[in-house]
Amino acid sequence: MSGAGGQVAVAAREVRRHFGALAAVDGISLSVKQGEIFGLVGPDGAGKTTLMRMLAGVLRPDEGEIVLDGVDVLADPEAAKARLSYMPQRFGLYEDLSVDENIFFYAELFGVERKARKTRAAELLDAAGMTPFRRRLAGQLSGGMKQKLGLVCALIHTPTVLLLDEPTTGVDPVSRREFWGILYSLRESGVTILLSTAYMDEAERCSRLALMHEGRVHDCDTPARLKQAMPGVLFAVTAPDPRAVRAALQDAPGVLGALLMGDRVNLRADSAARAPELAARLHERGVAYGDIAQVEPGIEDVFVALTGAGAA
Amino acid sequence: MFERIRVMLMKEFLELKRDPWAIFRLVAPLVIQLFIYGYAATFTVNHVSTVVLDLDRSQASRDLISHFPATGRFEIVDNVTSQQSLNRDIDTGTAVAGIIIHAEFAKKLLNGQSAPLEVVVDGTNSNTALIALGYVSQIVTIFQADYANALGVSSGAAPGAVSVSLQERPWFNAGLEDRWFFIPGVIGTLALMQVVSLTAFAVVREREMGTLEQIMVSPISRVEFILGKTVPFFIIGLADVALVTVLGAAWFHVPFVGSPFVLLFGSSLFLLAAIGLGLLLSTASRTQQQAFALNFFLVNPLFILSGFAFPISAMPAALQWFTFINPLRYFIVILRAVFLKGVGFAVLWPDFLGLALLAGVMLGVSVLRFQKSLD
Ligand SMILES: Nc1ncnc2c1ncn2[C@@H]1O[C@H](COP(=O)(O)OP(=O)(O)OP(=O)(O)O)[C@@H](O)[C@H]1O
Ligand SMILES: [Mg+2]
Repeated sequence: MSGAGGQVAVAAREVRRHFGALAAVDGISLSVKQGEIFGLVGPDGAGKTTLMRMLAGVLRPDEGEIVLDGVDVLADPEAAKARLSYMPQRFGLYEDLSVDENIFFYAELFGVERKARKTRAAELLDAAGMTPFRRRLAGQLSGGMKQKLGLVCALIHTPTVLLLDEPTTGVDPVSRREFWGILYSLRESGVTILLSTAYMDEAERCSRLALMHEGRVHDCDTPARLKQAMPGVLFAVTAPDPRAVRAALQDAPGVLGALLMGDRVNLRADSAARAPELAARLHERGVAYGDIAQVEPGIEDVFVALTGAGAA
Repeated sequence: MFERIRVMLMKEFLELKRDPWAIFRLVAPLVIQLFIYGYAATFTVNHVSTVVLDLDRSQASRDLISHFPATGRFEIVDNVTSQQSLNRDIDTGTAVAGIIIHAEFAKKLLNGQSAPLEVVVDGTNSNTALIALGYVSQIVTIFQADYANALGVSSGAAPGAVSVSLQERPWFNAGLEDRWFFIPGVIGTLALMQVVSLTAFAVVREREMGTLEQIMVSPISRVEFILGKTVPFFIIGLADVALVTVLGAAWFHVPFVGSPFVLLFGSSLFLLAAIGLGLLLSTASRTQQQAFALNFFLVNPLFILSGFAFPISAMPAALQWFTFINPLRYFIVILRAVFLKGVGFAVLWPDFLGLALLAGVMLGVSVLRFQKSLD
């Protein structure tokens, strides 16, 4: 799967971009192979959008190199444009135009031949489940349909590299599944996809992930290996009052971090042998809890552990 | 290049078609404003309601009175027989002006004496009153001339011996229709307001909707985008000028003595400057609201410092300098000259040059700023 040999489709080297004094992207290097679905995860303000805009050639980096499908984006942005497609966090649709007219506009802008446009539009609309809405005005589509239409428009010129910035934010689960269906079939046909996401379940579907924090990439690997690389083990402590549990345990010896997860607390500890100790401490302090169990870490836990964000 | 501009134009056209009120919104404010300026913004006073008290009842007095409605300036609404009735008419607002011809008007006129004519005006609107008085003196002058001629023919008396006594009043704007002065200026003002705001809003809208970013990752270049976006407004601007010119000439009978080509050339330069200004506004605004506020800020000073209503020569020197970077200043000179004087490039070249320089600088700066504003 990932890590398998193949051409590098997107390569960034030491890319930097400042906004005033703020280093939005602070020296990022990454390389994405052809056919990968590469995910960027990170909290708000991590610099995901800024990085993507630079990869897409809409924003000039202060420093660094970007090569996309063999084309130097900074030296020849026009050549890069024909190969890539960038879907911003909010895809710009013309709300007064119908679904078909929006597709038509973006197709013409990219100089797609009329015949190719027709067959491709039909295919993409079909895959997105949007064929019945071709005549509807874009402004009247639901949020999920708007995103799917955005994707259709972004794909109409058959790009080889697809940059998607939080494409499924605010999209209902059914549309999200359809959306991912399209992404998988695109990967089959050799398209390289780089996306940012705030959903951890989506992050797990990526072939590789870059964990971004404050303008830097902290780690970059397959979801499975990232989890393995997480230092320590993870316990889930269920409790009626998870806050009390966190307060009681976050300073306990051997505890590396505590993360509130709704009805439970995810505790990262240096060893699996700590479980009885932790239970004893809760007893001692009179904090009610249901169960302490060792669990597989999710990407979120890994993220927190690796970036140090929110750690004790 | 043309292919992609054509695509942009097609899209603009489609959007326009989707919006059935668009044409109305484009044309209605223009026509309404033209009519407001045409009728309301005028120093001319017409159909002043007038009451007449003729105490002489002679051929001469009737003759003089008949001169008043004949000009269209006055409309005789009442004939009274006493000073009280006349005063009442003015007090109640039935009439704005009263003309009193005292007894022995004809006799004194014939004898070459100063013949007494009294004019009473309602001074509440001092402007109207003053203007009305001005008309009276004009009418009396005409009457004197007519009467002297008639007398000269019939009795051989020397013309000019006739005199009607009326206090001299300052007289301004004699003979010149204010509309002739205003309407050419209105063309420039309206075209400027419309084109600047349309351009600014259209570009900011794309930015706000996120379509601008989308277009920037397509192979269309920034210049192509700007062209596709502004060519429609250039055409709309030319249509504005044509519409207001035709209406002004046909409806308000403003003479158009100059060359349409000079007007077309001047309009083109002016519209380029206006589009540059609109683009500049769009680069300084993230949202349509900001663009609206900026537009509001900008258009009023441009209007006031254009010489449209207030003479530039009467402004303080510092403000006069500002007028040099105001495209409307040059265009209004060109418009008035083309309409009323019929002069061409030989006379107007400094204004054309000023306009061309401004258009070039504004477009250039705005295109550069547009590039920057994308980051
Ligand atoms: N055009 C800009 N001007 C100034 N600051 C900017 C600009 N764009 C981004 N920033 C700043 O750069 C930092 C990174 O922003 P960016 O949008 O790349 O983050 P992000 O990871 O995409 O966040 P989110 O998850 O909220 O989309 C933020 O602090 C942001 O405020
Ligand atoms: Mg973002």
